[in-house]
Amino acid sequence: MANASADKGSFLNNLGRIYALYTGGFFGFIFLVGILEQLGVGQKYLGYMFMGLTILVYAFIGVVSRTSDVGEYYVAGRTVPAFYNGMATGADWMSAASFIGMAGTLFLLGYDGLAFVLGWTGGYVLVAVLIAPFLRKFGAYTVPDFLAARYGGNAARLCGVIVLLACSFTYVVAQIFGTGLIAQRFLDMNFELACFVGLMGILVCSMLGGMKAVTWTQVAQYIVLIVAYLIPVVWMSAKKFGIPVPQFTYGQALQQIATLEQEFVQKGLAAASAPTHTAPFTRYSPANYFWLIFCLMVGTASLPHVLMRYFTTPSVREARQSVAWSLLFIFILYFTAPAYAAFSKLEVYSTLIGKNVADLPAWVFNWGKLGLITICGKSATAAADVVAACKALPGHAGLLRLQDFVINTDVVVISTPEIAGLPYVITGLVAAGGLAAALSTADGLLLALANALSHDIYYKMINPNAPTKQRLVISRVLLVVVAVLAAWTASTRPTDIVAMVAWAFSLAAGGLFPALVLGVWWKRTTKQGAIAGILAGFGVTLFYLVITRYWPHIGVQYFGMVSNLNPITGAPLISPEAMKAALSNPALLDGPVTAAHPLQSRVGWFNINNISSAAFGLPVGFVVMYVVSLMTPAPSAELQRFIDEVRKPRGKTLMDEKGGLVASH
Amino acid sequence: MTPDTEQHWARTRSLMILMMALWAFFSFFVHMFVVQLNAIKIAGFPLGFYMASQGSLIIFVAMLFWFAKAQDRIDRETGVAEDD
Repeated sequence: MANASADKGSFLNNLGRIYALYTGGFFGFIFLVGILEQLGVGQKYLGYMFMGLTILVYAFIGVVSRTSDVGEYYVAGRTVPAFYNGMATGADWMSAASFIGMAGTLFLLGYDGLAFVLGWTGGYVLVAVLIAPFLRKFGAYTVPDFLAARYGGNAARLCGVIVLLACSFTYVVAQIFGTGLIAQRFLDMNFELACFVGLMGILVCSMLGGMKAVTWTQVAQYIVLIVAYLIPVVWMSAKKFGIPVPQFTYGQALQQIATLEQEFVQKGLAAASAPTHTAPFTRYSPANYFWLIFCLMVGTASLPHVLMRYFTTPSVREARQSVAWSLLFIFILYFTAPAYAAFSKLEVYSTLIGKNVADLPAWVFNWGKLGLITICGKSATAAADVVAACKALPGHAGLLRLQDFVINTDVVVISTPEIAGLPYVITGLVAAGGLAAALSTADGLLLALANALSHDIYYKMINPNAPTKQRLVISRVLLVVVAVLAAWTASTRPTDIVAMVAWAFSLAAGGLFPALVLGVWWKRTTKQGAIAGILAGFGVTLFYLVITRYWPHIGVQYFGMVSNLNPITGAPLISPEAMKAALSNPALLDGPVTAAHPLQSRVGWFNINNISSAAFGLPVGFVVMYVVSLMTPAPSAELQRFIDEVRKPRGKTLMDEKGGLVASH
Repeated sequence: MTPDTEQHWARTRSLMILMMALWAFFSFFVHMFVVQLNAIKIAGFPLGFYMASQGSLIIFVAMLFWFAKAQDRIDRETGVAEDD
């Protein structure tokens, strides 16, 4: 035991040196693979080297961090310094969607896509000011722990667990889906198999060492993902503009894009009404744009897998600093993503649009074969097919027009190195980065899910007398069960999964935010108020999501929903005649409807998209919590003292190792 | 030093309100003027686009480091800070 703690001390004292060495080693490895590529080693093997080595490193960290201590398993022994917890949170936070999808979304949506950039960063202000330091002081193992202590018992805990399961499960499925896609593309693996291989990668990191192992693996994964994200775009910036600071030089790229956009219109290669890259509110109406930012921000501040990272710092003070570091590390990727989008858009605009459709570069067909690039309405599988598809369009002059070219948003980041003519080693690096992003987020989410089931449901509600050893066994078993269930769901290729990730934010916001914030900031909040508020906020959010997506006709027929509006013209997306036709067509009046249904996600209240469902759920949650609290007797003096303790940093945590309340018992 | 919890919470609350006002300003208010701001161009960036892609983000990061300091000062001055 003495030996183990001395080891731990020396590990924590040498973090800087260990991770500097690791980063240096990673650069050396990239260089080595680059040399091997020049020597003629096949691309497939280079891909295997990148994936294999990084996963081995994560597994190694996972194995050496194994633990049988409850505190270490749930909150890494509360020994993670602010700076490193910031990095780990960065990796925890940035998912496959951020790494792979973000730049593509910005490519596609232009200015309106910045709602995601703003929404996924600004939420940390709410985390730091309103929530995280207080949860750290309380000393929770899980977010429902706090709800149970503040709102007197297991009813509030159960509400918290339900919201947590709803928002984390779809999210983790999307991560495994992302891992599967990357493994399929770069390792030539069968997709279903790839999902389960990804699962193994996730389990070795988290199962043996819980939070402790996940923390140190996530730090390593952050380094891989940020290096992988920056190198290609720094390279492109240096190549094009001579300065390796893409965040600065893409101003010039934006200018060139604007010039090309005008040229395309003059030459008849684009419609005059085609939205330009920097023009606002072409995809979202202003109200939808701002509500989306709002829901993503509030959702950020309510997602349990993020909040639980701040339980691991040594002090309340460091929890606050740690939020600042987290945002800095996240910022590095998010302020680069618009540059990535601009460079790849410029590349596509200057090398493809206006060119003869008969001689397109080979990379178009590499991705077209996977159905990820469509030209003239058909997957671009081969040169002859593209020519035929474009000829079939009336009035097509044989030159590629802007509207002819459609690229899947996920492909932008993965294909840009190839499009820009960078060596394959960079493509392999990007794949390793995407894998790191997906694995690290999946680790955090799985831990949040498994802990809610093992700590909150099993230990606190079913068997409070369970010995430590048994608790940890149950935790690990549940972790594997949840992981296998998630991998199985991912392997069925649920098509909506990416959209569902955005839902997680609204669900977390509507369900948890009012209870967490008022629990600290308004002493008068009562148990009944909180439970009613959680159920109402979560219920309304879920209702709006599910009805608009799966039963839109029911929404129109019974809940007063109407067609959403086109953000540019303000006309209804579904004309009154089309609506009438849809509602009288028996084939369309059956739910749950598929993505092809004419009404799906296009109807609603007040023209609010369902991605921003918390626009309804959150106000309802707050109001219900407020009103019901005032109608029920004020919390006891004992509970008021408890809140005072949570508010001031000095003193011990309020929850002991067994999860009982120190202050009130 | 005897802890002054009342003063601590009053000052904490004022800081919170200030932070929320700044947050609302840079999350929403500035971006309501994106069309007007886009008329101004700096190093190729239309200013409205720049604010949403970098400007507000830089301010969020700076705000949080400043907040950690400011809140710590309040904790220390009112005697409720943790031991170093």
